Amino acid sequence: MITEHLVDMSRLQFAVTALYHFLFIPLTLGMVWLLVIMEAVYVTTGLQVWKDMTRYWGKLFGINFALGVTTGITMEFQFGTNWSYYSQYVGDIFGAPLAIEGLMAFFLESTMVGLFFFGWDRLSRFQHLVVTVLMAVGTNLSALWILIANGWMQSPVGAEFNYQTMRMEMVDVSAILFNPDAQNKFVHTVSAGYVVGSLFVLSISALYLLRKRDVEFAKRSFQVAAAFGLASICSVIVLGDESGYSVGKAQQTKLATMEAMWHTEPAPAPFNLIASINEEEQKNNWEVQIPYAMGLIGTRSLDTEIPGIHDIKELNRERITTGITAVGLLEQLRETPDDMALRAEFDKVKNDLGFGLLLKKYTADVSQATPEMIQKAADDSIPKVAPMFWSFRIMVGLGFLMLALFLTSLWFTFKGTFAEKTWLLKWAVVMLPAPWIAAELGWFVAEYGRQPWTIYGVLPTYVSTSNIGVANVYWSLAGFVGFYTVLLIIEMYLMIKYVKLGPASLGTGRYDGETPRNVTPTAADQEVTHVV
Amino acid sequence: MLFDYETLKIMWWLIVGVLLIGFAIMDGHDMGVCTLLPFIGKNDEERRLVINTIGPHWEGNQVWFITAGGALFAAWPMVYATAFSGFYWAMMAVLWALFFRPVGFKYRSMVKDQRWRNAWDWGLFVGSFVPAVVFGVAFGNLFLGVPFSFDNTLRSTYTGNFWQLLSPFAILCGLVSATMLIMQGGTYLAHRTEGLIQTRTIRYTMISAVVMVALFVGAGFWVQTLDGYVITSTIDPAGLPNVLSKEVVSQPGGWMTNFATYPVAWVFPALGVLMALVTAMLLKIGKTLTAFVSSSIAVLGVIMTAGIALFPFIMPSSTFPNSSLTIWDSVSSHLTLMIMLYAVAIFVPLIVIYTSWAYSVMRGKVTAAYIRENDHTLY
Repeated sequence: MITEHLVDMSRLQFAVTALYHFLFIPLTLGMVWLLVIMEAVYVTTGLQVWKDMTRYWGKLFGINFALGVTTGITMEFQFGTNWSYYSQYVGDIFGAPLAIEGLMAFFLESTMVGLFFFGWDRLSRFQHLVVTVLMAVGTNLSALWILIANGWMQSPVGAEFNYQTMRMEMVDVSAILFNPDAQNKFVHTVSAGYVVGSLFVLSISALYLLRKRDVEFAKRSFQVAAAFGLASICSVIVLGDESGYSVGKAQQTKLATMEAMWHTEPAPAPFNLIASINEEEQKNNWEVQIPYAMGLIGTRSLDTEIPGIHDIKELNRERITTGITAVGLLEQLRETPDDMALRAEFDKVKNDLGFGLLLKKYTADVSQATPEMIQKAADDSIPKVAPMFWSFRIMVGLGFLMLALFLTSLWFTFKGTFAEKTWLLKWAVVMLPAPWIAAELGWFVAEYGRQPWTIYGVLPTYVSTSNIGVANVYWSLAGFVGFYTVLLIIEMYLMIKYVKLGPASLGTGRYDGETPRNVTPTAADQEVTHVV
Repeated sequence: MLFDYETLKIMWWLIVGVLLIGFAIMDGHDMGVCTLLPFIGKNDEERRLVINTIGPHWEGNQVWFITAGGALFAAWPMVYATAFSGFYWAMMAVLWALFFRPVGFKYRSMVKDQRWRNAWDWGLFVGSFVPAVVFGVAFGNLFLGVPFSFDNTLRSTYTGNFWQLLSPFAILCGLVSATMLIMQGGTYLAHRTEGLIQTRTIRYTMISAVVMVALFVGAGFWVQTLDGYVITSTIDPAGLPNVLSKEVVSQPGGWMTNFATYPVAWVFPALGVLMALVTAMLLKIGKTLTAFVSSSIAVLGVIMTAGIALFPFIMPSSTFPNSSLTIWDSVSSHLTLMIMLYAVAIFVPLIVIYTSWAYSVMRGKVTAAYIRENDHTLY
């Protein structure tokens, strides 16, 4: 039996496991490029400190990577275990990018990650750099395929419903691959990952500088992170704006709720900077607006209207009514699949089939839906406004705060005085959680904003779950939370341990807090002592 | 399109088989090594030695598993959906056991504390032994039939529970799977080690190979007495997938039909038995690399035996046999199968190439001296 309770618990489990997974993935995405940059400097200059940087930051990367892999397997399992109707309804399209992700990206990344850690003495400098680059490419391609799959959930292009197989089927591959929603999301998401990676290195380096330890090591790390971080945060903001535009086209609901736009405003619409949202009465008590801005972000024009929440609901109500017809015709077609006249009639309304399925939440027999149920379904056809509105604003606010931090850091890097600016270093340290909060909120806006759909406009969340007892989900959720919490504590313990140890953990004898190794210094070592 | 629908359906049965066999050979040997870990490594240094034979490779190898799952999703979405939701707790057991692997490998040697390291060693054991057994149990249940049905909107309902999966026949299959992967892991470990550890490994591995043969042959006799499933209506292999449009009956010995019709198929059980015995003999005379190859062929033989016996079934329904999932009616669309075939044709050879390169970079025996010299970098 599918109940609301089961659906809610399944959603909660997916949300919890995805949020956990997304604690580790952005750091992986970003740090891998920082490793490439550091190692590239080592290979071109031959300076030992750059190799040590690659290895030390690589150690922290590895601690994080392990949990990224652990929590990632869950995601692949969960579509099948908890969202089985979803899996068979859209597996024809959704499964392909996931499988290609494995074949093209994850294999490469995982094979190279082994050589990255174990191959230092077995590979030439250049070969090892190639391995690191391939690891980075694999990691990022992985994100590309996952976001192609996710982009299709947001904007399901290139597919059609087939009444004989009772599922969505792929008709246009290139539409799915080059889905603007997916492409924007990809760049926005990986750039956000680069920001996470940069801020991680920036913060820890700032901490070392504040404590006056491993100063030369930390200075170089800080510089790299500042430069890469600034480029990344600019990309995040520009592409964020670009995905605002593509959301404006593909998912007007998401845009309207993000902006708490209850009514269709005359073009060009103003942007609500802040507002007091009254969910009960479906209005804002008050709002502070920037004129024209929303029209420009959402439509790139001054004369295109952006529909407000009330108009969207009204439109959805009409589509739900047509959807009832579509569901009815589909049931008849399932009985007499060869009736061509019936098929022609169904084809006319099949684009609203998903809207008809929205009613499944209120009645098992959609054809018996009352006007009240239809109204209820229309009211529920948009997500709650306040969480969308505020999550989005906190994300954007943190984004600009990080922009300021990276700009300042790079400015003082050019002036060569950053290491003495205690306030800047302290600022960098306290900003450590910021990119994670922003990334998780961004995920929330994208996925919660899609509700009540798993596939926007096609498949309601309510009908997507597996037909299993809700007790199963309680127990598995408890298991996930228990496991993940323990693993997270262990991960944090190791991170803190190795941050405290610093580059001395490499055991080279060159860094603060370790006894120098009793070896004749190599040419590279001497070079370091001179340069630093 | 390059291939017609019927051909693609058969090719995808083969590809899923290739991915499963790839998984059992590659990730399977890591699982075997970690299952042996607590028994072969008597002290910390020995255990590190064992772990570091697979340290650089287990991560890539595990992707065989992830890709096989992804391919199931893409090519056989109904199988993925029905099996994963029906076998809910078996899947959770596998998943939670697998959690111990990435962290076990990575975190184990990061803290110099014997209790910490011991705990992770047992974590690695659980993370390898449990999935190995569950995969076999799952296969066993395919032979027994799984209690599920579909409504008219093709939503599946599973009416069994976790404990019903653990029938004697299914447990036997689980043990076949576990001993097979121990054989596979043991031959690899023997190849990468020397001295006392190697001797110890060879002893365990030979026992495992022989036990596997005995269990496999036993399961083979048992299968002949089971009720197998047979399609009695005519099916259109090139038709649109419709899982509700056929008639299926269960009949004693039904799983032997394919072997009776195509006697050449006996080559696979024969390979499973003979190559496992050959593996044991090769280990005895110290030919470890050849033993690894022969063990891999044995693995192929065992998995193909199961696949051919079930063909064209993937997951028979014991409660509503007509709802059984077969390679003809639980597949993706023609277009998706074609695209996925291109992806496999391009990337699997590339994967084989760079994986081979990675192994050749890291080749040679893992020794105690090597562990001591690289204390800070190795697992």
